[in-house]
Amino acid sequence: MKTSARERIPGLALLALAMVFSVVPMASMLSAALQPQGTSPSGISWPADPQWHNFVDAWRVAEVTPLLISSIILVAGVVPVAALIATMAGYALGQLRIPGGWIFFVLLLFGLTLPREATIVPLYYQIRDLGLLNTRLGLILVLIGTFMPFAVFWMRAHFLNVPPELAEASAIDGATSWKAFRHIQIPIAMPAIASLSLLLFLWTWNTFLQAIVLIDDPSRRTMAGALQNFVGQYSTDVVLLNAGSLLIMAPTIVVFLIFQRQFSRALISGAVKG
Amino acid sequence: MTRLRHRNWQGWWFALPALLMYGVFVLRPLISTVQYSFYDWDGITPATWVGIDNYRRVLSDPALASSIWHAFFLIIFFTLAPVVGGLFVAALLQEIRIRGLATAARTALFLPQIIPGAAAAIAWVWMFSGNGAVNQVLSSIGLDGITRAWLGDFTWALPAVGVIGTWLGLGFCTILLISGIGKIDTAIYEAARLDGAGFLSTFRAVTLPGLRQEIGVCVTVTIIAALATFDIVFMSTQGGPGTSTMVPGVLVYQLGFTESRIGLASALAIVLTALILVVILPIQRFFRAA
Repeated sequence: MKTSARERIPGLALLALAMVFSVVPMASMLSAALQPQGTSPSGISWPADPQWHNFVDAWRVAEVTPLLISSIILVAGVVPVAALIATMAGYALGQLRIPGGWIFFVLLLFGLTLPREATIVPLYYQIRDLGLLNTRLGLILVLIGTFMPFAVFWMRAHFLNVPPELAEASAIDGATSWKAFRHIQIPIAMPAIASLSLLLFLWTWNTFLQAIVLIDDPSRRTMAGALQNFVGQYSTDVVLLNAGSLLIMAPTIVVFLIFQRQFSRALISGAVKG
Repeated sequence: MTRLRHRNWQGWWFALPALLMYGVFVLRPLISTVQYSFYDWDGITPATWVGIDNYRRVLSDPALASSIWHAFFLIIFFTLAPVVGGLFVAALLQEIRIRGLATAARTALFLPQIIPGAAAAIAWVWMFSGNGAVNQVLSSIGLDGITRAWLGDFTWALPAVGVIGTWLGLGFCTILLISGIGKIDTAIYEAARLDGAGFLSTFRAVTLPGLRQEIGVCVTVTIIAALATFDIVFMSTQGGPGTSTMVPGVLVYQLGFTESRIGLASALAIVLTALILVVILPIQRFFRAA
């Protein structure tokens, strides 16, 4: 006994409109990417003879293979470490309730609203002084630090809901806090850690500002960061530009489609918690 | 319980690595930004202390001050349009009961959140170009007269950038609000209906208060996105034509890395940070209260 089917028609129509609006830019890219090279495409139209091999050419000129490897290295460097230390800190704040922990918590809350622009200029000099400019390690360290506010916040929210009796029982058994953490807390926290890792993957992959500032060589950047260079080189070739950009976007889209349900849940609850 | 509530100083070992990374790669550069903002420095020669001159400059120099206005103008597109649009869809729909449709809707609506902002900008540059899909649609409905290269137009470039922001936020807010409205007890809606309440009064009395938290989240996230926007503008217009789409984020980058005016870039970054806090804190208080 809710709204009847007829009453829902305007809502469904609006929803359909919003869905089309969300997808149209990608459709428009695809339509341009399939036109014959060297032509100047116009609007959205399915080409009479779709040139799928444009993607093969774009793969080469956009140097997608090294970029994929580079992005995977960055993700492998950022996500496990960030997830682990955020889980530890979330445990300290949410479960152990460490004395003075509220100070750390307030600092993290502040970090949630901090724009990347606030730190980017000194970061460049700081990373240069560490000798890590143009290295992936520099970018990895910066990203781990940048993701801490959200990541710790997220894990703290999980540990707030774990009954303290669990830790007490293991304390009575004589387990050290580290053992209890590793063997009891981490397994229970796995779903929260998994969602967090998905979000961290996405944010690392899509990192733009820090990537273009800290790394000059596009082939060592994130996929998103490399777009800047690619556009600089191919801005006049609409067909290849769109084909290359689609290739660069493709990995996140594929991962998103596979983990669609988990992503949506993580994005929704991540937003509400944060 | 009491045992754990003991002064558990050892627990700090668990917090230490995260605190260290956050401290070294966020808090420390932030403090440096504050410090730089009081100096005139080109990044190479020794810096000279200039007091609050850089801040005075940020607020008085038309090019710098207008970038801040642009960021606030973008809130209409980044925040207002997605929240209002999302509310409309959510209120009219209440929930998506068709299973396949729910999945399809989630997938389509989340897509803008998944792809990098830089790639979204490339897609929209093409959409907004002279031969692009936007003009194609306008022509097909008889509006040939207003077609143009939108991002190259002094008057229309900023609203066009705003549309990209709407595109980024609309799906996110819609999904969030639909998931929120699904949590409102349906009995309340039925009671309102039995009382003969119309759509608008039900919307005001039931839907809006019930979605308070979700609306708060949408508003907060999208306002930060509007004020701190960088990727989209940097990749679509670089602030042009002229300075008609210049926003603080791009200006911080240009001043800091291409013009080597580190002090001024830092002052602008601090002003931007302060503005975000000043805007967000009352909003958080308002939506969390009650």
